[in-house]
Amino acid sequence: MAEFLVANMAPVMFATLVVFLLSGFPVAFSLAANGLLFGLIGIEVGLLKPELLQALPNRLFGIMANDTLLAIPFFTFMGLVLERSGMAEDLLDTIGQLFGPLRGGVAYAVIFVGALLAATTGVVAASVISMGLISLPVMLRYGYDRKIASGVIAASGTLAQIIPPSLVLIVMADQLGRSVGDMYQAAIIPGLLLTVMYAAYVMFLSITRPEALPALPPEARNLRESNGDSGLTSLALVLAGGALAGWSFNAFYLSGIATLASDVAMVYSGAVGVISVYLLAILNRKKQLGLLSRMAEKVVLVLVPPLALIFLVLGTIFVGIATPTEGGGMGALGAMILALMNRRLSLDLLRQAMNSTTRLSCFVLFILIGSSVFSLVFRGVNGDLWVEHLLTSLPGGNAGFLIVVNLLFFGLAFFLDFFELAFILVPLVGPVADKMGIDLIWFGVLLSVNMQTSFMHPPFGFALFYLRSVAPKEVKTSEIYWGAVPFVGIQVIMVALIIAFPSLISVANKTDMHEQIELNITMPDAVMNTDTESPNLEFTSGTEPAQDQTSGLKVEMAVQTTKP
Amino acid sequence: MSFFLTLSKSIDNLNERIGLGISWALLLAVLVCSGNALVRYVFNTSSNAWLEIQWYLFGAIFLLASSYTLRRNEHVRIDVIVGHFSKRTQAWIDVFGFLFFLLPATLLILYFAIPFASESVRNQEVSSNAGGLIVWPAKILIPLGFLLLSLQGISELIKRIGFLMNLVDASAFEKQALTPADEIAAIKEANKITTLSEA
Repeated sequence: MAEFLVANMAPVMFATLVVFLLSGFPVAFSLAANGLLFGLIGIEVGLLKPELLQALPNRLFGIMANDTLLAIPFFTFMGLVLERSGMAEDLLDTIGQLFGPLRGGVAYAVIFVGALLAATTGVVAASVISMGLISLPVMLRYGYDRKIASGVIAASGTLAQIIPPSLVLIVMADQLGRSVGDMYQAAIIPGLLLTVMYAAYVMFLSITRPEALPALPPEARNLRESNGDSGLTSLALVLAGGALAGWSFNAFYLSGIATLASDVAMVYSGAVGVISVYLLAILNRKKQLGLLSRMAEKVVLVLVPPLALIFLVLGTIFVGIATPTEGGGMGALGAMILALMNRRLSLDLLRQAMNSTTRLSCFVLFILIGSSVFSLVFRGVNGDLWVEHLLTSLPGGNAGFLIVVNLLFFGLAFFLDFFELAFILVPLVGPVADKMGIDLIWFGVLLSVNMQTSFMHPPFGFALFYLRSVAPKEVKTSEIYWGAVPFVGIQVIMVALIIAFPSLISVANKTDMHEQIELNITMPDAVMNTDTESPNLEFTSGTEPAQDQTSGLKVEMAVQTTKP
Repeated sequence: MSFFLTLSKSIDNLNERIGLGISWALLLAVLVCSGNALVRYVFNTSSNAWLEIQWYLFGAIFLLASSYTLRRNEHVRIDVIVGHFSKRTQAWIDVFGFLFFLLPATLLILYFAIPFASESVRNQEVSSNAGGLIVWPAKILIPLGFLLLSLQGISELIKRIGFLMNLVDASAFEKQALTPADEIAAIKEANKITTLSEA
């Protein structure tokens, strides 16, 4: 018995873990108990050193002092405040009116607003509820096909999982030992591509089955001028004006500052353009100037606050002014200010958001604690080698590995939510991927796209569950399920595309930028290497300790602050 | 048994209070963090003490409120299989889980964490960052958190046994989180949806 255990400790431990988890007892404690049980057994049979478990408090302390994880409560809090700030409703209403006259217009509006909400609130349940309450009735009233209407809403709601600032990506970055900022940057293109693919699917349907997604009839368009004009010309003019303002700010002011990087300049001039348009719209409303059409005024007033928030959070992270954690903190503050401006900020809302955030952070962090107890022991009994052996002996090399891992995640996502997958499985497969030469940022984004499906596959998909509870009775549950299927299909296509065309996730581009900055400032001796070495991400992390995930950003910030 | 039920109630109360109180630390952390970012961007300076306060607060939140999360039954479970069982069977599984999973794990970590923290107190450990804070208050949070968690585990165990003896109602330990219905009502309320959906 003891001999068998010594020889097969890792597989036995893993099998026991599956039983522990399926017992339905909270995951965090099942994981920790499993780790400690096998730790004690391992010490008993002489496989592990007694000192191993004494490392635990220090590991816990490491989790506490991990700045990156602090972004989790910040972004959660931001989302919870925003979901009750009325922003989603204003957006859906106005953008619905904007796109309404097109065939399939409300569906486009849902997808567009879904992407905007994903970049701000990032809460799947809230997006789905808002869209289900506001857009679904509109779509049903004007004769949209029920399956298509509910499918679009469920899928757009899940965009929050892949478009930054998503919690999935933070956890991924943490587990794979990469920087959250890089993970965010890499996830932007696939996230936007998915949005475009959803829209393309809607367009395809509106051509093949026009009767399933009709345009809104004229009487449903309530933002027109009194003379019946749509007001779109005015909107186009305002946007052109904003672009001009931004461009001229760049041309006449910023170009004088030679040290400014081009992407930073773009962010600043974009901000100037947006702010000038917003001020114009406010002025127009307050003074009744009549310069803008109703549509133009409404669109600007509704779109600018979320865009400003996106800038405040993602813009500052991408430009390198803020770390993801600071971006989260500023975003949370921004969300409170926005709620205050909409007169929705109350003590009650704050308290609710704080309590929910506290509980969410607790369960997430405790799964992490449990899984780090587990992995401490699992590694101690060479479980990592066992997993590596299992996965590298697959036929087909890298492609075989990727396909098997993706199928595994896709299958498990029916039963497990992404926190469990990310904390239990990612640390097992991540190191193997790294050894096979797969870029971990790319790998993390790939798995995140895959795990996004867990929110929409029938019958356990979380988004479908929420949609069911807001959808009117006339929408059958089977229609919600079948409506989601084509979008799960799009998701699978996206995963296949990423594997087939790895350059979709632009890891190389931004590494270039990092390298230049880091080479110039912190490690001038490494300049010679760049000519012979193709740019890859390993470079950044190879020179810094892997745990210090924000170091890349800090260096960049140091660069900016030392500029005259 | 009534002694145990009273004990369980007072543990619940204690942890509920600590949990609700500590969630204010989140607001504080948000302010400190955005303040740090702004100060650094505008004045080009930053202070390690203020940076460290951020994660002290974060540590306090997740370590001290975990028992409150347990009391609310919000630590995630995988209930694909167990969800189909009767409430009594689930309570039996929980009794087993608290006795053999949670309590041994929390007590063992507590056993390791006490010397870890007390050594830091004895040495009056200070952060190695320039201008950093004293470290032992952060380290003390670990045994404190696991102590509260063990207490809550005992309270939950008492409640499950009480339920199996028909002395306690299941509502005493079932998840009290917002149901979808509550959440929808709150969103509707916040947005006066009846007027909007007429559009």
